Amino acid sequence: MAEYPIDPRQFALTRAIAGLGWRGTLLGFDRRAPAIGAAFLLLAIPVFYAVGLLDLAQVNQLGRYCAIALVAIGLDLVWGYTGMLSLCQAMFFTLGGYAMGMHLAMQGPKDGKGVPTSISYVSSEVDGLALPWFWQPFAHEWFTLVAVLAVPAIVAGLFGWLAFRSRIKGVYFSIITQALTVALMTLFSLNLLKLGGTNGLTNFTHLLGCDIRTGEAKLALYWVSALALIGAALFAWWLTTTRFGRILVAVRDSEARLRFAGYQPVIFKTAVFTLAAVLAGIGGALYVPQTGIVTPSDMAAVPSIMVVVWVALGGRGTITGAVVGALLVNLIYALLTTHMPKFWPFILGAVFVSVVLFMPDGIVGQWRKLIAWAQRGKARA
Amino acid sequence: MSTPVRSDFLQIEGVTAVFDGFKALDVSYFGVDWGDLRVVIGPNGAGKTTLCDVISGKTKPTTGKVVIDEKDVTRWRDTEISALGVGRKFQTPSVFDSLTVYENMELALPGRRRAWQNLFGRETAEQRDRILALLERTHLIGRKDHLARDLSHGQRQWLEISMLMVSGARLLLVDEPAAGLTDTETALTADLLLELKGNHTLIVIEHDMEFVRRLGSRVTCLCQGRVLADGTLDQVSSDPQVIEAYLGRGKAGR
Ligand SMILES: Nc1ncnc2c1ncn2[C@@H]1O[C@H](COP(=O)(O)OP(=O)(O)O)[C@@H](O)[C@H]1O
Ligand SMILES: [Mg+2]
Repeated sequence: MAEYPIDPRQFALTRAIAGLGWRGTLLGFDRRAPAIGAAFLLLAIPVFYAVGLLDLAQVNQLGRYCAIALVAIGLDLVWGYTGMLSLCQAMFFTLGGYAMGMHLAMQGPKDGKGVPTSISYVSSEVDGLALPWFWQPFAHEWFTLVAVLAVPAIVAGLFGWLAFRSRIKGVYFSIITQALTVALMTLFSLNLLKLGGTNGLTNFTHLLGCDIRTGEAKLALYWVSALALIGAALFAWWLTTTRFGRILVAVRDSEARLRFAGYQPVIFKTAVFTLAAVLAGIGGALYVPQTGIVTPSDMAAVPSIMVVVWVALGGRGTITGAVVGALLVNLIYALLTTHMPKFWPFILGAVFVSVVLFMPDGIVGQWRKLIAWAQRGKARA
Repeated sequence: MSTPVRSDFLQIEGVTAVFDGFKALDVSYFGVDWGDLRVVIGPNGAGKTTLCDVISGKTKPTTGKVVIDEKDVTRWRDTEISALGVGRKFQTPSVFDSLTVYENMELALPGRRRAWQNLFGRETAEQRDRILALLERTHLIGRKDHLARDLSHGQRQWLEISMLMVSGARLLLVDEPAAGLTDTETALTADLLLELKGNHTLIVIEHDMEFVRRLGSRVTCLCQGRVLADGTLDQVSSDPQVIEAYLGRGKAGR
């Protein structure tokens, strides 16, 4: 030993400790990542705003993305866990948005006859100038809240039950969900439906007595959206840890086996589809006051496909994947559209293709692989 | 789960199953006693799987009736028949690939078939012990936390049989359990099925004559949807019609 200035065994030990430390850090971060993410959204963002690192528009933007991420969580339960590729999640989002939009319109500016301005010029001139009967209850907060939850739930429950009972699955399910959202978009575009036609609903000013155009209200809406996102993510995660969650996975793996084990897949599929619709509806209801408008084109085919892209990129079959995907894609979108608007579609396309090719399990799936590798390394060390 | 008084637990009377004018099944009578193990043999396409489909409600018979435990289940839904205690092992092993072995067993436990019953609560200690004991028996205990997709073919077959065993099903329809297994695996499978005999009623479909011999039970031979012969393996395999049927399909000596 005397001829070596450093004991080689000591060197090996240092290396081992360093290695362990690095792996330990990774594993520690993985354990705490959801909590870190939640704290970041709830505390760090408002602080950044307070100290001037973020402006109001950026906080508002983040709030909208949090609301949108609820749709991704729902789709992840339906697609990632249960294996049903739904292409109408934006429709449920928009239904929730319309319910909220009608309430906001009722609180906003009205014409001489008490008809909200956003529908008065497309509807009242054709139709005797009166406020349509079904608009009346949307003046009440509680009714609106119930409608936000119930309208998407009823549409999804009915449609899902009929589709699943007829054993419509796979590509056929995807296609008819897409047809459904496009059909509803067309319906909502009609002036005679008295929902503002293709212009949708806008001119929103007040919610719960507060002026939603003020900074405080925007911050509050951001905060509520972040809270809703965290709540929804926790709920979805809890659901996947229950036996119910395992049955959803069983539906994806082998519906026939499940049926002969005595479970009725139709019930479970309808339940999860309805839950996802409710989550999307809540997202829409939070999104609309932050963006100030809701139109039928929100339920075109593309927005629903975008939800699929977020979940695929983030990693389907993991709740964190859905959230990460939704927030990340939208943030990148925001950055690119301000700095290089022409290239956005190409960059998104390239990112999507490379993720599908090189990371079939998405960002979070890839991360999990890294963690599994670190755990194995730690077990060995 | 009381033992039925009547000796005939399952009766199939005048059942035909017709697909696009093709009679896949045409059985005037087929009955199995409570606690019996019945082996069904027959060349490919004889209608053996279709027989299971008709009993389990996957296929509705075109004519005739199916009676299980004195209940006419001919028009029952598959999940209702399953609730009556009819369990099934498919021809191609079918387990839930993305769940662990233990989770597969957990879903097979009896009860809790309604959606809301699955939101809260775990299996009881007694159920847990039963699962573990069964996994021990089927040599799967060491893989209990592995995903089912990582199991070998034989292990998947056993997992599916274990799921039937834990489900509390009374009538087990076991479609080709020895297909693709090694000799030692086949022997264990036969022992498992024999162990179930007595407390369960079993219908086992198999091609492998070595396996059938090992089961040492009454054999029914199906051919072109009809029952050709019925009796001990020796009786059935010496039946000229059976020999003819297998010869006609170039399957003699299997
Ligand atoms: N669902 C179905 N539709 C059409 N033909 C079927 C169906 N099920 C079975 N058959 C036909 O019935 C015959 C018997 O099939 P099967 O019961 O699978 O035979 P085995 O299990 O004895 O090999 C085959 O000719 C098969 O093609
Ligand atoms: Mg078969």
